[in-house]
Amino acid sequence: MKKLRTRKHRVVLNRSAGGDFGVTIFMLLLGVVMFLPMYYLVIQALKPLDELFYFPPRFYVMHPSFDNFSSLFNLLNTSWVPFSRYLFNTIFITVCGTFGHLVLSSLCAYALSRIPFPGHKFTFQVVQKSLMIGSEVSVLLLFVIISRMGILDTYWAIIVPELSKPLGLYLMKQFIDSNVSVEILESARLDGAGEFRTFWSIAMPMVKPAWLTLIIYSFQGLWNTGQNLYVYSEELKTLNFTINQVLNEGIVRSGASAASSVVLVIVPIIVFIVSQSRIIETMGSSGMKD
Amino acid sequence: MAKKEKEAVARGDKTRLQWTWHLMKQYKIGYVMIAPYMILFILMTVIPVLGSIFVSFTDYNLLQMPNWVGLDNYINLFLNDELFTTALKYTLIFAVAIGLGSYVLSFIVAWFVNELSPKVRAFVTLIFYAPSLVAGSIYVVFNYVFSGDSYGLINGWLLNWGLISDPILFFADTKFILPTIIVVSLWMSLGTAFLSFIAGFQGLDRSQIEAGAVDGITNRWQELWYITLPNLKPQLAFGAIMSITSSFGVGGIVTQLCQGLPTDYVGYTLNLHLGEYSGTRWEFGYGCAISMVLFFLMVGSNMLVQKLLSKVGKS
Repeated sequence: MKKLRTRKHRVVLNRSAGGDFGVTIFMLLLGVVMFLPMYYLVIQALKPLDELFYFPPRFYVMHPSFDNFSSLFNLLNTSWVPFSRYLFNTIFITVCGTFGHLVLSSLCAYALSRIPFPGHKFTFQVVQKSLMIGSEVSVLLLFVIISRMGILDTYWAIIVPELSKPLGLYLMKQFIDSNVSVEILESARLDGAGEFRTFWSIAMPMVKPAWLTLIIYSFQGLWNTGQNLYVYSEELKTLNFTINQVLNEGIVRSGASAASSVVLVIVPIIVFIVSQSRIIETMGSSGMKD
Repeated sequence: MAKKEKEAVARGDKTRLQWTWHLMKQYKIGYVMIAPYMILFILMTVIPVLGSIFVSFTDYNLLQMPNWVGLDNYINLFLNDELFTTALKYTLIFAVAIGLGSYVLSFIVAWFVNELSPKVRAFVTLIFYAPSLVAGSIYVVFNYVFSGDSYGLINGWLLNWGLISDPILFFADTKFILPTIIVVSLWMSLGTAFLSFIAGFQGLDRSQIEAGAVDGITNRWQELWYITLPNLKPQLAFGAIMSITSSFGVGGIVTQLCQGLPTDYVGYTLNLHLGEYSGTRWEFGYGCAISMVLFFLMVGSNMLVQKLLSKVGKS
């Protein structure tokens, strides 16, 4: 009989040692390439001025300092709209948009998944098909609609289009399909719970992983809101936009721009680390079975 | 069958229409629950997409009422607009390089990640996923990496080793714009499809692999083709849509990296062309014609790929 390979006392099937070695080397190289820009960004942010202009560029920092961060905040404070206002804008947009998206998509996903009203299949098909169409296609008429709604140049111009993003509804519906059993809902209904109650106290607690996933997707989109067609007042602009603008004024390579990127990047990464396992769980039902 | 029969009994002597009406009344709460989302969805997605079809046959400029111009916009687009042809070319190049590239890359990395122990897996997933997570805020780092003087990371080291005598202008030299943009895009392209693949791999049934080994599968490639891929079809279909759709929308990254429109329009895409006509010239009718071309490219290639995927595992 053939000798079976084991990895940590577990039998490994269909894997040759040589293949494992090759794949690991390839992935290590790829991983380094993926990781390098992020690492370099942090290093640049910590470099004092003389090290930034050292030749050839170094992959490490001799005397780390937070000067770049303080100069970034000084720069932002010299603009006539205070820095705190930009921060508030970004947080306000992100929180409202994320919360609204979560509530609207969960309600709709629940109904599409568990209430057999005529048209529920068709409705979901339309949403699913719309995943194929990028936002670039609709951007022109969206502008017209937003201006007709009279919300141009308000927070809502950024928030409202995010509320009905199809991806969130799709993931939530798929997750409910495979994780919320019909029997439990039936028994709640028999006990006299109304549909909203069943939704809120029975179904929703069972789909917490999907909540987190919707939150991070919505959060990611809104937090990274930069230049936006629909908003032009300076006091409504977001952190991302402002930082990019300040940095484009001739000091692109100074350490402050690296510091700014670090500030913007760190928040979504922390949110992802915290919610990673739930997101993967949600993605488990993301598959498309016509 | 049983379900159908049960329905027929419940239906009694009602006609189909009456029965539908009966169900609609019985489940009216469903309509209430989908209403808030669907109203916004229709307003923000359905109407803009369908409306674009109509507007693309007019000369709408946002200020005056649109006039019907028939196929004029499309004729101008394909016959008189050289920039459109350029944009179409680069859009297709990016769709193949970035769309297909990121799809394959996502799959390979997810396949590898799946072999790791859970703790290492979480860490490696983070390393590969993080770039796409922060894509909107990370362009700055490429000013350091690809900077066109000796302080740029790549130029600095190439100069130091004596491989080049003058720094390469990655975002201005027409030879380098395209590859640089593709590399940067691929770097931040392991997104939703990647996570979906990882989850798909984790959901695979080990017993099938064991059964396959008994039936004579001996290496990882056979396992991939005969067991893994057919089982992952739903994730593959979903991931394809994510990758394809975003790859046709490439545009923002070009202007971010090149700090404006690129030299000689190398890497100029339909998305950017669209922006030129709507943002600066207010020719919405013409802009909508461009977005219709984008629409058909996205939907067409998605349909095609879904067809191809349905053949996976069948010989």
